Amino acid sequence: MTDGTPILATVGVSKSFGGAVALRDVSLALHGGEAHALLGENGAGKSTLVRILAGVIEPDSGHILLNGRPQIFRNPAEARDAGVAVIYQEPTLFPDLSIAENVLIGRQPRRRWGRIDHRRSTAMVAALFAGLGVALDPARPVRGLSIAGQQLVEIAKALSYEARVLIMDEPTAALTGEETARLFAVVRRLLGQGVAILFITHRLEEAFAECQRLTVLRDGAPVDSGPIAGYTPSQVVRLMVGRALETLYPPRRSERGAPALVVRGLSAAGVYAGIDFDLHRGEIVALAGLVGAGRSEVLRGIFGIDQREGGTVHAFGREIPPGDPRAAMRMGLALVPEDRRQQGLVLDLSIIRNATLAVLRKLCRGPFSSPAKERAITAEWASRLKLKFRRLSDAVATLSGGNQQKVVLSKWLATGPRILLIDEPTRGIDVGAKAELHHLIAGLARQDLAVLMVSSELPEVLGMADRILVMREGRIVGEMGGALASEESVMALATGQEGALGPACDPA
Amino acid sequence: MSAAVSAERSGLFQALARVREVGLFAVLAALALATAAINPRFLGAQGVKDILEDVAVTALLCVGETIVLLMRQVDLSISSILGLTAYATGALFIAHPAMPVPLVMAIGAVGGAVLGALNGGLVAWGGVPSLVATLGTLYVFRGADFAWVKGAQINATSLPGHFLGLATAGVGPVPFLALIVVGLIALSGYALRHYPAGREYFALGSNEEAARLAGIDVRRRLLLGFICCGAIAGFAGVLFTARFGTVDATAGTGLELHVIAACVVGGVAITGGVGSVEGAAIGALLLATISNALVSLRVPAFWEQTIEGAMLLAAISLDLVIARHTLALMRSGRRHG
Repeated sequence: MTDGTPILATVGVSKSFGGAVALRDVSLALHGGEAHALLGENGAGKSTLVRILAGVIEPDSGHILLNGRPQIFRNPAEARDAGVAVIYQEPTLFPDLSIAENVLIGRQPRRRWGRIDHRRSTAMVAALFAGLGVALDPARPVRGLSIAGQQLVEIAKALSYEARVLIMDEPTAALTGEETARLFAVVRRLLGQGVAILFITHRLEEAFAECQRLTVLRDGAPVDSGPIAGYTPSQVVRLMVGRALETLYPPRRSERGAPALVVRGLSAAGVYAGIDFDLHRGEIVALAGLVGAGRSEVLRGIFGIDQREGGTVHAFGREIPPGDPRAAMRMGLALVPEDRRQQGLVLDLSIIRNATLAVLRKLCRGPFSSPAKERAITAEWASRLKLKFRRLSDAVATLSGGNQQKVVLSKWLATGPRILLIDEPTRGIDVGAKAELHHLIAGLARQDLAVLMVSSELPEVLGMADRILVMREGRIVGEMGGALASEESVMALATGQEGALGPACDPA
Repeated sequence: MSAAVSAERSGLFQALARVREVGLFAVLAALALATAAINPRFLGAQGVKDILEDVAVTALLCVGETIVLLMRQVDLSISSILGLTAYATGALFIAHPAMPVPLVMAIGAVGGAVLGALNGGLVAWGGVPSLVATLGTLYVFRGADFAWVKGAQINATSLPGHFLGLATAGVGPVPFLALIVVGLIALSGYALRHYPAGREYFALGSNEEAARLAGIDVRRRLLLGFICCGAIAGFAGVLFTARFGTVDATAGTGLELHVIAACVVGGVAITGGVGSVEGAAIGALLLATISNALVSLRVPAFWEQTIEGAMLLAAISLDLVIARHTLALMRSGRRHG
C-alpha cells in the first residue's frame, strides 16, 4: 500500500535560523492513504518542517519532491495549489469574515464581471459541512467559534481544494474527547480517499491508534523512522528525549512544613467553585486537569488579578484581600503567568529591565532608580538560575524560550516570595532547559518555598508534585499523592472517567 | 431559563452588530426630525443642501480612510494630500481656464495616488507603523504645500463658473457634488463586498498572518490600499476647491481626525477587519447633521467638538460592549458544549 512514489517528500532538508540549526538533513516521505506521525519534543524542529512543507519558509539546502519531481514552494499559495493543506495548532482564520469566505478565500466562485458569488460559496461550504456531518452555518462569522469549530473550518478548507496532502500540527491539543473522535473519523475517511497525512501530536496514544508510520525528530535531526507497528510507546519516548524519562525529574522531598496557603470555598461564577486546599511550606502541589478546567483562573483568583466571588485565601494565617495583587505580593506571593510573551515579559526591554520590574520600588533611592543595584540583583539571579546571555542589557526577545522563562522566574523570585504560583512553567521550552527549570523549582521548594503549579504536561505533574489536585469543570475532583499517581489515574479524574480509578485516588 | 434569556440577548447584540448602519440611520432620522420640530427650516431645501454640501468632502475622505482602517492601518496624511490637490486644482484652472473638469479630477486623483503610494511604500516595504509614517507625510506634504503656495490664495472669482456649479447646482436640493460622492460610496462599497480584492482588505485587517498563509500578497494589498486612500483624498481636494472656491496652503488642515472620528462612529473598527464605507459615510453625515442642528438650534458653536467627541466615545463603548458580549457567549458556549 505504501509502495510507489510518495505524494510529497523531503530529501535532506536543512534549515538554520541565525546560528541555531532547526533542521538537519531531514528526509521524510508521505504516501497516499497513509498517516505518518511526526514526533519529537518541543523545539525538535517539527514546526519548522511543517512550515517548509507549507511554503512559509524555504529550506537552506535539500529539496521537496512532489510526486517524485523536485518542487520549490516559494509561498503558501504555491503549496496550496500543489494540494498541500496545513492545519496549524492555532487555527489561522479571519474572525471577521464568514465561515464560507474563510474556507474559500482566494478561490470563491464568481459571477459575471468577476464578482464573488456569495450564494454559491455558501452552498458549496454547506455541502462540504454536510459531507463532514457538521452543523455549522457557513454564513456566520468565525468569531466566537470554539477551537474545535475553527479546526473543522480548516478541514473544510483543505477538503475544498481537494488537498492530496493534509498536515496537522497538534490538532487535538485543545479538543475534547468527543471532538477528537469526530476529527479522526474525518481523517480516516480522507485516508480512504488516498490522501497522505502528516500528523503531529504530543499524545502518543493517538499516534499509535491512528498512524501507520512514524518519524522521530530530536534536535532537528531524524533519529528513527519506520512502520509504527515496530515500536512501543516507551521506545518512542526514549527516542524523543534521548534518555530515560525517570532521570529528568529531581528527587522529591517527603516531609512538609507548616501550612503556607489556606484556600477555602473559593469561587467565581461560571469559572470555578468550592475550591478548598492547603499548601504547605516546602511543598509542591500541582493543579492538573484539561485545558479550560479553570486551573489558571484559580491561580489568578488567589493572586487577586481576577475578582473572586466567594471564599477566603489565607497566607501564613493572614487573609489575602480579594482583587488586590499588590497586597498579595506584600504578603509573600508571586505569580509566574502562563503566557510569558504576553503576560510575563516586555520582550523589547533588556534582561535587567525585565528582571527588576517587580522590585523597582525597592531598588529606588528616593525617586530615582539605581542602575547599579538593578544590575547587581539581576546578575545575582542570572547566575543562580544559570541564565545564558551575552549582555544583561540585551533585549529579552533575543533569548531562547527556556532562558526567557528564567528571566520571568528571576523577576518574581527577586521579590523574595514565600509562596510561588506558577502556571505552565515549561511550556514551549526544550528538554534540557526543562530539566534545569524542574531542578530549580524543586531546589526552591527545598528551601521552604511553597509552590502551587499548574501544568498540562502529565509527566511534569507526576515528576514534580508532592500532591496532585485534579480539576474538572471548575471543581477539584480528586487529590493524589504524587508518588502514587499515574498518568492514567490523573487523566481518568480529569476527563470524568472515574470508573477507571485505581486505589491511589481519593476523590474529594 | 437563563439559556433562553441569553439566547434572546445574544440575538439583540448580534443584530446590533450586524445592522449598525440601520441603527445609525435611526439616530440620524430622530435627530433631524427633532431639530426640524423646533426649527422647520432645518429640513427645508436650503437646510438639506447645506448639510449635504458640508458632508460631501468628509464622506468621500471616509471612503479612503475606511479602506485603510479595514487593513488595521491608519492614514493621517489625507488632509495634507487634499490640501495639495485643492490648491493644484485652482492653479490649473488659473493657468488653463478652459481645462475640462473631468481632466482636473483625474489629475487630482492621480496626484493623490502617487502620494498614497509613498505612504504605502513606507508601511509595506519600510515596515514603518502607519501611524508614524502618515504622521510624517502629514507634515511633509503640508510643508511642501506651504513652500509651494507661500502666502497665496485662490479665490472663487478666478475659477470657472461651471466648475463651481458642481457645488451650487444640482438635482433638487441635492448638489452634484453630493451625487458624485454618493455614487463613489455605492461603487466602492459594492466593490469591497463583491470583489476578491475588496475582501482581501477585510482579511488583512482581520488576521494578517492568516492572510499571508492564505496566499494573499500582503505588501501589495497594503500598497494598493494606501494608493486608493491617497487617490480618493486627491480627488476630494478637487471637490474641496469646487465647494469652497477659496483655497490657501492651510486647506483641509485637521480634517483627518474628523474623518477618522466619522469612520469610527460609523462602525469601522479601529482594530481592522470590520466596517463599511456606507457606515462611515453615515457617520460623517451624522456628525455634520449634529453640527448643523446645533447652529439651527442656536447652541454656541464650541459645543460641537464636545458632542463629536462624545459620539466617538459612545460608538467605541458600543463596540466594546458588543465585543465583550460576543466573547462571553463564546466562553459559555465552550463550557456547555
